[in-house]
Amino acid sequence: MLSLITFLPLAGGIIILFLPKTRQGLMKNVALLASAATFVLSLILVAMYRIGQGMQFQEIFRWIPGIGINYHLGVDGLSLPLFVLTALLSVLSVVYSWRIDTRLKEYLFLFLLLETGMLGVFVALDFFLFYIFWEVTLVPMYFLIAIWGGPRKEYAAIKFFLYTLIGSLAMLLAILILYFNAEPRTFGVLELIRQQPLSGKPALAALAFWGFFLSFAIKVPMWPFHTWLPDAHVEAPTAGSVILAGVLLKMGTYGFVRFSLTLLPEAFKQYAFIIAVLALLGIVYGALVALAQTDLKKLVAYSSVNHMGYVMLGIAAAAAAFGDPSKAQAAATALNGAVFEMVAHGIITGALFLIVGVIYDYRAHTRGVNEFGGLGVRLPVYTGISTLAMLASLGLPGLMGFVAEFLIFVGSFGIFPYLTAVAVTGVVFSAAMFLWTIQRIFLGPPNERWTHLPDMDAREKVALVPLAALMLIFGIYPRPLLDVINAAMTTLVSLVR
Amino acid sequence: MAQYAWIIPVLPFIAFWLIVFFGRRLPGEGAYVAIGAMLIDAMLSVGLLVQALGGAHYQANFVWAVLGNRPLELGYQIDPLTAVMLNVVTVVGSLIFIYSVGYMHGDPRYPRYFAYMSLFAASMLTLVLANNLLLLYVGWEGVGLCSYLLIGFWFERPAAARASLKAFVTTRVGDLFMFIGILLIFFTIGTLQFDEVFEAVEGGRLAGPTLTLAALLLFGGAVGKSAQVPLHVWLPDAMEGPTPVSALIHAATMVAAGVYLVARTYLLFFASPDHTALTVVAYVGGITALMAATIGIVQDDIKRVMAYSTISQLGYMMMGLGVLGYTAGVFHLMTHAFFKALLFLAAGSVIHAMHTNSMKEMGGLAKVMPWTYRTMLVGSLALAGVPPFAGFWSKDEILLEAFHHNPALFVLGLIGAFITAFYIFRMIFLTFGGHLRSAAHPHESPGVMTVPLVILAVFSAFIGLVGAPWWDNPFHHFVEFEAAGGAAFDVGLALVSTAVALAGIFAAAAVYYWKWISSASLRTAFGPLYTLLVHKYYWDELYARAIVRPTVWTARQLRTFDVYVIDGFVNAVGIVFVWLARLYRLFDLYVVDGAVNLLGWIAKTTGGVLRYMQTGRPQNYLLVIALGVIILVIGGILR
Repeated sequence: MLSLITFLPLAGGIIILFLPKTRQGLMKNVALLASAATFVLSLILVAMYRIGQGMQFQEIFRWIPGIGINYHLGVDGLSLPLFVLTALLSVLSVVYSWRIDTRLKEYLFLFLLLETGMLGVFVALDFFLFYIFWEVTLVPMYFLIAIWGGPRKEYAAIKFFLYTLIGSLAMLLAILILYFNAEPRTFGVLELIRQQPLSGKPALAALAFWGFFLSFAIKVPMWPFHTWLPDAHVEAPTAGSVILAGVLLKMGTYGFVRFSLTLLPEAFKQYAFIIAVLALLGIVYGALVALAQTDLKKLVAYSSVNHMGYVMLGIAAAAAAFGDPSKAQAAATALNGAVFEMVAHGIITGALFLIVGVIYDYRAHTRGVNEFGGLGVRLPVYTGISTLAMLASLGLPGLMGFVAEFLIFVGSFGIFPYLTAVAVTGVVFSAAMFLWTIQRIFLGPPNERWTHLPDMDAREKVALVPLAALMLIFGIYPRPLLDVINAAMTTLVSLVR
Repeated sequence: MAQYAWIIPVLPFIAFWLIVFFGRRLPGEGAYVAIGAMLIDAMLSVGLLVQALGGAHYQANFVWAVLGNRPLELGYQIDPLTAVMLNVVTVVGSLIFIYSVGYMHGDPRYPRYFAYMSLFAASMLTLVLANNLLLLYVGWEGVGLCSYLLIGFWFERPAAARASLKAFVTTRVGDLFMFIGILLIFFTIGTLQFDEVFEAVEGGRLAGPTLTLAALLLFGGAVGKSAQVPLHVWLPDAMEGPTPVSALIHAATMVAAGVYLVARTYLLFFASPDHTALTVVAYVGGITALMAATIGIVQDDIKRVMAYSTISQLGYMMMGLGVLGYTAGVFHLMTHAFFKALLFLAAGSVIHAMHTNSMKEMGGLAKVMPWTYRTMLVGSLALAGVPPFAGFWSKDEILLEAFHHNPALFVLGLIGAFITAFYIFRMIFLTFGGHLRSAAHPHESPGVMTVPLVILAVFSAFIGLVGAPWWDNPFHHFVEFEAAGGAAFDVGLALVSTAVALAGIFAAAAVYYWKWISSASLRTAFGPLYTLLVHKYYWDELYARAIVRPTVWTARQLRTFDVYVIDGFVNAVGIVFVWLARLYRLFDLYVVDGAVNLLGWIAKTTGGVLRYMQTGRPQNYLLVIALGVIILVIGGILR
């Protein structure tokens, strides 16, 4: 089941490769069908999923037995939400990309390849396989930016590629450290978690920890490794930005929770405070720098730095609580919040980038915040959805972002009270930042230059309305999602204790 | 019936979505849907009030989230305080909704107005019904959002857009403290349910400095929401919104939420060591009451007079709570909701007729707008505290409590009462007295606006009697905080406060009606003070210099830092590697490649020489073979 879902997009992509260049409509339909089928299947997966029964739908085949490599897939409450999120954002991105016309075949193929890579990252339970999927995501994204990107696309693409590649190498080192210290040697994640090969080897554990850290922190991105993000976002095509912010960044935080926290709990505990401080810097710094941006896409990109800071704060707090049963509750809460924020940020920021795309790609062809004004009169639907997404992003109760932030803050306050108190100030800055943006774009007297702009069309609504609805539903009643996450996080917390 | 109380916030919430999606296709272009929801709510609230009067307490919870193995519950409760607040919100709200049909008539975004108002009602009712801090916070932010949307309702006006941003961000600064307070409480005792929090306070699990800190942090939220000094600056600007919005949100209900919060968590303040938290509340309230009242004297915009009056009255409520007058504070909240909503709506009626807010262009309206005039007079008398109107009873109770517990604040309050009477009758005389000072053609507003005014006027005149002493102050027995007790009615004090109110009215009449003293001569006589008041004590200027500009400056500096330092470092690393790569290329070209080429040359040369070994001609090979044989033979012979 998992293999089917994971490789279905790739299969669609390969079919597209064999289609004649002139059949553009057919190619798009194949892409849509493949990604939609993936999404529907992932929903069936959700329906079949049983909360609280650990790793499910496992598939394990011997692959390269000589060095202990297996083909091993599985989902739990941590990966399932991200898995479905990936499928959802992919299908919406395909819908949104309907008007791409340059080198359509390559675009769709790369996009579907990217989807397979992302799905694989979240379900792979063997380090070798994980690494392959991890790298598979890198290449299509590179080309998406470098071919369909903006004016500085080459620079941004290379920066993205090199940055992530350096991280990958560090991760490879960490994986090898784990591998060579395991007995019997294995790349199996579950087996390694059971063995805890680096327990009691602080020097090696620290090395492995920083190896993973570099890789994941670049991906998240944590301060001060964040500067590739604004460039990549600004230059990437809209759908690329959506995937980048919505899914690729989550791979970093996913890695922290899935691997750093479970495989190297002592090392993580030791350095948790440093990570928390970096997260805090990301939160405050990200919000402030976003405040000063005049490019809408950069603004959203820096707000991602801010939000991913919240996620990292939650994870670091949970790590710091390792081995202290009195803080287990707080740790579970913080982790719940962190994972919830991953999903929330995927939905909200995905929507925000689509929103930027709506105004930039086919209408105004500019993203300068100060060049707009008074769009609220001309584009009421667009204004409504944008405002909703921005309010969700700034953490307004009743919308998804708040639930995540509340859980993170409640959890981490029990572990890092002072840091958390400072982190909460980020909420004021992001409120100021988004409301100021709303004011500059939508409010005020209508700008004559934009009187001809049409409101959102059906295709754009199809891409955005589901996300808006999700923000609202999970914002009011988060339990359906939170129960799935909570079961996994409770297991995880008790596992490393 | 209490088990169905959850319907109360849900109805306006549904109305909100209906109007958002169907808008003008709904009956009354959406207005009737919103009003219908509010009227049903009002009836339900009255029913709940009756039950609460019968002594009913009700609570219901549902599990909102499970964290680890601990469920986080949310729920609602019905108790006297909630019942009173529900009625204030729904009754005043219904009247304001009906009034809005007339006031907003013909607005291009008419349905959306009612959608936002419904959303506001839903949030406010959630806030009031919540039995825990989290749900209260949800409602709290929800009303803040609606306030934002409605202040900026006419967002084409830059001033409105600015004011809405200012309101949201300023209150959010207060909310930040409140949120940390919530975190602190949850961290200390692991629950946010009010009854469990109170149990923890009584059981000593939440005590000492932590308790004081928690109470003060929560109060931070109240300071923002209820526009207390120093976070009061947003409320006057909020008058950019439509006037019914000002009446409902920025006078009667939302701004009172801060007072409600303090009342709701009163035990936290009361139990803090030496009443520290309560003392802070009292002084913040007292200072706000006086400061805002003084600014109210010099305003020429009729709505801004009301805005400062609201801030000042909220200060009175806080002061009342702070000087152990729990019932007094809540009582004033209730009476104020009625008479201030009335004053705002009446002012709206005037603005509707005059198309201006400036009192300098008004005058003589008493004749053309008799109903507006009469109702506004009732509201002003209630605000000034003239018996038997509503404001008298509640303000008198606050002053009474202050007299017993904090004489300094009592004096402050008494001065404030004088100024209140002065500024509100200044407004009456400027608007309705004398002759019209502009070329406008005012007319009385339609019935849909004046009928709500009359109903509110009736409330403003008589609602205070529920706290009258001659039938033993029933309100006091209904909404009470037992540990705080309550001072007995004092005729002498009531006479003093009445005399002060009348003196204020008389002084206003002396300047603005009989004109014994010209206001211009007063302005010159009190030059520096007048300047200070006109500039509203320079709060806005202070914030612009001390907070807004430094923040934006820091943000810009950090952006530069990000681009040039962090990214510069990254690019520098990149450039270094590019140079290294070039260096490698040279090395590659001349050393590695040179070595390879050398090898190739050697091979080639050797090959060239060895070529002669293999010519492909048989005779050569035969020759070599023959020579070889000969050599072998010679070798064999010689050996």
